[in-house]
Amino acid sequence: MAFLLNCTWILPALVAVLLMFVPKDNKPAIRMLSLIGAIVNLGIIAVLTIVFVNDPPALGDNPAATVLAFETKAMWFDKLNIYFHTGVDGFSLLMMLMASIIGLCGILVSWNIEDRCKEFFILLAALLSGTFGCFISFDLFTFFLFNELTLIPTYMLIGIFGSGKKEWAAMKLNLMLFGGSALIILGMAGMYIGSADAMKDRGFDLIAMAANGSIPVEIQMWAFPALFLGFAVLSSVFPFHTWSPAGHAAAPTAISMFLAGVHMKLGGYGCLRVGMYTMPEGAHACMDIFLVFATISVVYGAFIAIRHRDLKFINAYSSISHVGLVVFGFATFSALAIRGAIMQMVSHGFVTAVVFALIGSIYGRTHTRNVDEMGGLMKQIPFLSVAFVLAGFAVVGMPGTSSFVAELTIFVGSFQNPGADGGMNPDPLVLTCAVLCVLTIVTTAVYVLRTVNRVVNGPLTKDYDFGDANKIEKSAIIILLFCIFAMGIFPGWIANLVDGSLGPIMESLNRGAR
Amino acid sequence: MVLAIGLAYVYSSSPETIITDTWRFDWVNLGKSINLSLGFYLDPISVMMLCVITIISTLVHIYSVGYMHDDESPGRFFPLLSFFVFSMIGLVAATNLVQMFIFWELVGVSSYLLIGFWYHKPSAVAASKKAFIITRFADAFFLFGIILLGLHCGAYEFADLLLPETIKTLKESEATFAGYDVLALGTLCVFIGGWGKSAMIPLHVWLPDAMEGPTPVSSIIHSATMVVAGIFLTARMFPMFAEAPSTMYVVEITGAATALFAAVIACTQMDIKRILAFSTLSQLGYMMFSLGVANMDHSLGYSASMFHVFTHAFFKCLLFLSAGLIIHMVHSNDIGHMGGLRKKAKWTYWVTLIACLAIAGVPGLSGFFSKDEILIAAWEGGHHCSFIIGAGVGFLTAFYMFRYFMLIFHGEFRGDAHHLEHAHESKWMVLPMVVLTVPSIFAGYLMKGQFLGYVLPPGVSAGEHDAPGWIPMMAIAASILGIGLAVLMYRKSPDLAAEPKGLRKLIYNKFYIDELYLFVTHKIIFKCVAAPMKWIDDYVVDGAMNVQERLSQSLASVVRAIQSGLAHIYVGVFLIGFIVLIIFGGLFF
Repeated sequence: MAFLLNCTWILPALVAVLLMFVPKDNKPAIRMLSLIGAIVNLGIIAVLTIVFVNDPPALGDNPAATVLAFETKAMWFDKLNIYFHTGVDGFSLLMMLMASIIGLCGILVSWNIEDRCKEFFILLAALLSGTFGCFISFDLFTFFLFNELTLIPTYMLIGIFGSGKKEWAAMKLNLMLFGGSALIILGMAGMYIGSADAMKDRGFDLIAMAANGSIPVEIQMWAFPALFLGFAVLSSVFPFHTWSPAGHAAAPTAISMFLAGVHMKLGGYGCLRVGMYTMPEGAHACMDIFLVFATISVVYGAFIAIRHRDLKFINAYSSISHVGLVVFGFATFSALAIRGAIMQMVSHGFVTAVVFALIGSIYGRTHTRNVDEMGGLMKQIPFLSVAFVLAGFAVVGMPGTSSFVAELTIFVGSFQNPGADGGMNPDPLVLTCAVLCVLTIVTTAVYVLRTVNRVVNGPLTKDYDFGDANKIEKSAIIILLFCIFAMGIFPGWIANLVDGSLGPIMESLNRGAR
Repeated sequence: MVLAIGLAYVYSSSPETIITDTWRFDWVNLGKSINLSLGFYLDPISVMMLCVITIISTLVHIYSVGYMHDDESPGRFFPLLSFFVFSMIGLVAATNLVQMFIFWELVGVSSYLLIGFWYHKPSAVAASKKAFIITRFADAFFLFGIILLGLHCGAYEFADLLLPETIKTLKESEATFAGYDVLALGTLCVFIGGWGKSAMIPLHVWLPDAMEGPTPVSSIIHSATMVVAGIFLTARMFPMFAEAPSTMYVVEITGAATALFAAVIACTQMDIKRILAFSTLSQLGYMMFSLGVANMDHSLGYSASMFHVFTHAFFKCLLFLSAGLIIHMVHSNDIGHMGGLRKKAKWTYWVTLIACLAIAGVPGLSGFFSKDEILIAAWEGGHHCSFIIGAGVGFLTAFYMFRYFMLIFHGEFRGDAHHLEHAHESKWMVLPMVVLTVPSIFAGYLMKGQFLGYVLPPGVSAGEHDAPGWIPMMAIAASILGIGLAVLMYRKSPDLAAEPKGLRKLIYNKFYIDELYLFVTHKIIFKCVAAPMKWIDDYVVDGAMNVQERLSQSLASVVRAIQSGLAHIYVGVFLIGFIVLIIFGGLFF
């Protein structure tokens, strides 16, 4: 089973290597190979999830130590105590499930790429490999390695296959994300070097760091902000969000889906798993500032989305607003809100992926992303339009969609945050921010309905000669919408899966509060 | 086919008996002790609402077969209508606040989709957006209220939340949120949810516009069922509201103000459906202030309000259905283009007459009984100001309904005559109308005892009411005066072309509240909030990032100049370095 888990990152890498030997003109073979790889990967993760849900690992002696399933641990670099340490808990398994579904749909929507088809799918496979490697790494060093591995294919995929100011956007995105990485390295170095020599045999092991509280508080005070800020850049928290609209607008559809759906979540994952879990004292000391910035992201992203006319910009700012809610959930330190934030990560992954897939399909037909130049598409492309309306409701957070459950959990959780004294008096700052976030659901409704009404409703503005979605586009969109509604209608098992893995994290955070 | 499924669904969910135990489905937990479930919670008010919803939706489905006969996409219409019925049933049968919110939103979604059913009409699309956003605005407060109350009571289930002990504990704990009493703030926020859904002023602006939807939709969603959800919510939470006098005060004032305000506007409107929409608003105001004047000791207002919900549903639905038929006949919504339709539409004439008499409160018909009880409740509760408004609105109601009636059916026909040649009353459409006249006439008389005896807030037993006899007399006088005045004024076809002037113009334009909204949303929120934010984002935040980029680029270019790849420069630099090292070495050693 442990090998099967490692297969999740080995397999895409293998696919990338195999693709190199496929002649570049044999496009059907290239596509089929990528697709089969993605389907097998999804299958593996589904099997692992089923096994995990039926037989979750028992808690260990130390309540703050995450107990991993399917664990592999091997010495890699003995001078520096770097291990190759992989495994999963419910949280990372859920993220992998989401990433593999989005990856599969990403391949489907890229089906018609003709130009440099081979290179595209090789890079996409490399991106997937890096992502899965990231989610299963429990050694900070490999985590970072895999994280960087995702950035390079992203750069090339945008720079080569994008549209508009693609080189500029790819450069901007990478400069900002590498800036974030530099901060992460700084934090990591602090965590590693600052500890007492005796502790060095733990190396970069995440769980060992967190479980024993082995990072001195004075180190945490500067290492945590650096690390958290680095991941916050990745999840595009205000004011470090500007890579995301530019990047999305230039990126090809599949990459937009992956960037907003999975990549931004990688930031959130890092914030919680690496930042808050290992350095709870640092987290408690400087979370107020992140709370404020997350709230600004939520409110600000939604307002700016009202003013934009380009569909991709609208969804990019909407993503900033929704991912801001994830960081907001973390920053409240309430177990319920953190669970909601994790659900929001999964939910928003699906929602934003389907929206970008739809934008891609619509753009492929109208050749414009400007909402003012569209109208009445319901008549012309009913399938895509209905899907667009449904996706719009998912963005608004209608009951029945996954975002409703996630947002509701965050809101309820944020009102019962433990507060400064850890008791019944919630922190007034958190409450203020929570009220602002609740009110933002109105702003969200405004920009979504404006967009939906302009694009699919109203009279037809032009004589179009294109048809509705083809089978491949439809299958991608249906898979994603199915996930959204399935999660919205039966959220119970996901909540339980998250709760199971949240115990150690909350234990560590509560220790930090004391 | 689709219709059959819809009807079967509606029938199968129609309750024959009162089921006391609830059915549950565990949905998700919120923390260790709170499990949210979806289920059915049946008590007198939810059963009453279920009856109203199922009866009316069945009739409206039948009516729609005729109404949507020529439409392009009945395959979209009937599923949406059934979806609405599903959501509405889930709403009234909710076992907890969160389930109520879930279906509350779903009802909003179906309303949005049905108002914008003719999506190629820009006005319909705009109206659907307006309805959704305004109710969503109210719902944000509702959600906040739910969270606040749930947090402090430790429960979301109505069965736990509305226990006297829970409310007493909450009241005595004097918990505060940002300095406000949680009980008062929480109930007020929950009420704001109902405020938006029931379109009380100033959040009423979406309802008249919602008339852009197909008429069957207006009849079921925007008059009989969905818009009373706010009243239902207030009634559902009544035991808690009653302990928060400030909230009850707001309920009363909002209700009374809406009743008066909408009735005044209804007297001047020319669009057949908008007159009915304002009339709905006015009646909703009645129901609301009736709840506001009640408390746990004087619960007559509560019963009367529910009674009015019940009777109003039938005659208002009937009015809308007949209006739809008339629109179908004359191809216009403007009552200025109607008149003299008495001969052409015999069935419609009589059913509309009955409905108008019922809403005007003529003795013997259903509206009289419920309205009478509301007035008695207001007087007995000592709310004399509301009582006077209520009586005055009774007069206005009679006046505008008969203005409406006379302009449509009497006088000369003022529209395009050739539409009338082929006009006929479809059987599918007449049948439900005739069925609805039965409860419009008898529901009041037959059900009065039931409502006053059984429909009571939880934990209250029926009391004796000996109402002063002059109240019904006065109500009758007011309605007859209104009818008489309208008949006198509009007996002959009056000159309707004149532009309204002065005060009348102000009323005709609905006191310019829509314009005020446009000003606030477009000029203030879009131009003064969102636009500067975008500017900041584009130039300040992104600009700062770009500066950082340029800095790193210029730094790179400095470094790049050194690494020029030219061998002689490298050799030169190497030599200089070598010399410098030697000199340093010589100096230090």
